[in-house]
Amino acid sequence: MRPGLLNEMLELTSQHFVLVLISIFIAIAAGLPLGILISRKASLRTPILGFANIMQTIPSLALFGFLIPIPFIGGIGKRTAIVALILYALLPILRNTLVGILSVDPAVRESAIAMGLTGRQLLWQVEMPLAARTILAGIRVATVTTIGTATIAAAIGGGGLGVFIFRGIASVDTTQILAGAAPAALLALLADGGLGWLERRFSAA
Amino acid sequence: MGGSGVALCRDFVDRPLALEYRDVSYSIDGRTILDSLNLKIEEGETLVLLGRSGSGKTTALKMVNGLIFPTSGQMLVNGRPTTEWDLIRLRRSIGYVIQDVGLFPHFTVRQNVNLVPKLEHWEQAKIDGRTNELLAKVGLNPQEHADRYPRQLSGGQRQRVGVARALAADPKLLLFDEPFGAVDPVTRLELQRQFLALRQSLGKTSIFVTHDVREALSLGTRIGLLHQGKLAQLATPVEFRKSTSEEARAFLACLEDA
Repeated sequence: MRPGLLNEMLELTSQHFVLVLISIFIAIAAGLPLGILISRKASLRTPILGFANIMQTIPSLALFGFLIPIPFIGGIGKRTAIVALILYALLPILRNTLVGILSVDPAVRESAIAMGLTGRQLLWQVEMPLAARTILAGIRVATVTTIGTATIAAAIGGGGLGVFIFRGIASVDTTQILAGAAPAALLALLADGGLGWLERRFSAA
Repeated sequence: MGGSGVALCRDFVDRPLALEYRDVSYSIDGRTILDSLNLKIEEGETLVLLGRSGSGKTTALKMVNGLIFPTSGQMLVNGRPTTEWDLIRLRRSIGYVIQDVGLFPHFTVRQNVNLVPKLEHWEQAKIDGRTNELLAKVGLNPQEHADRYPRQLSGGQRQRVGVARALAADPKLLLFDEPFGAVDPVTRLELQRQFLALRQSLGKTSIFVTHDVREALSLGTRIGLLHQGKLAQLATPVEFRKSTSEEARAFLACLEDA
């Protein structure tokens, strides 16, 4: 092992972590309200879910590429990487928020309405607590996927553990590839475990 | 319970709710569910809406608390159509019990029963007292059951909690939609007895939907027979037994089997 590799690993891992954290945070901030919105307005479901679906189907490397020429959100660097990662993370969060809310027992919802809960009370006291587990499962999937996908950010100058991987591939250096892949896998496992634990704690019903 | 510290809903909670279906029709997807229903509910009575599946009885019930609105005609509560009511207030003054109970699975029994009084900002001490009193009234031991979750109760116990929850904010009117339909016959009889005892002690106006003629005869002070969305008959249980109308005979025939 080359001296300084460990330092670089720490540096890139923390870069990677921040990249994922910001992306997931924004994806939740957008996906949760949008999911709630489409649970209320069925007419918006097809366009919004459709958009998120299409984003998921674009190969990740291509999506990063597509974004580069776009003004404001595009260009070379972290910002573009974060936009792409958000677009990827959106679908599982959005879909699970919708499914979580829609799968609340109709009898429970009807009772709540008949008892005189306002729309807001119905949402925060009944629907969201009962949907919490499903929503967290969506966030978990989104996080684990984003940790993997974020390795591609290096291709457009976004930094992170992908730097090792691309360098390793270019110089046919397995050590370099592993220096990128192993911490990424570890991060994914930790996120999966942590969020899975949170999800079980929220097993409301 | 007049004069106590309930600040909200004072404008009508101390008055009985006078109900009238005025020429109420309801249709959906080209199908007529209710066909010009005219009916007045009298104070203190238990009106049973009896009918086959699809006769429109549940729809008629849901008109009262504004879960459904007439497509023509008016559902009048204290002389005002439900379309002009503040529905949140209207609903909080009406207790609602359904077959599937619909207890909140993430709330304990106590939290389920407490919910509306809490939303109405009752004092905590009063809420606690009320919960214990109600659980005892529906035949549950507060110490034993109040802190359990709905999944830890039997079907009959859940339905008792459902009734306690409906009574919590001291509603002036109770709506029951086949509340005892999903429990075993022995529990059903117990719950029906409990219902009669409660009616005696509370004297609240109720509308009770069922397809069970025996239940209708034993619980109702009047029976409204619905057939294909129309009110086929309105009679006391005694009159109902003597009825010669075809639909009433069809229901009474169920009694002879036993």
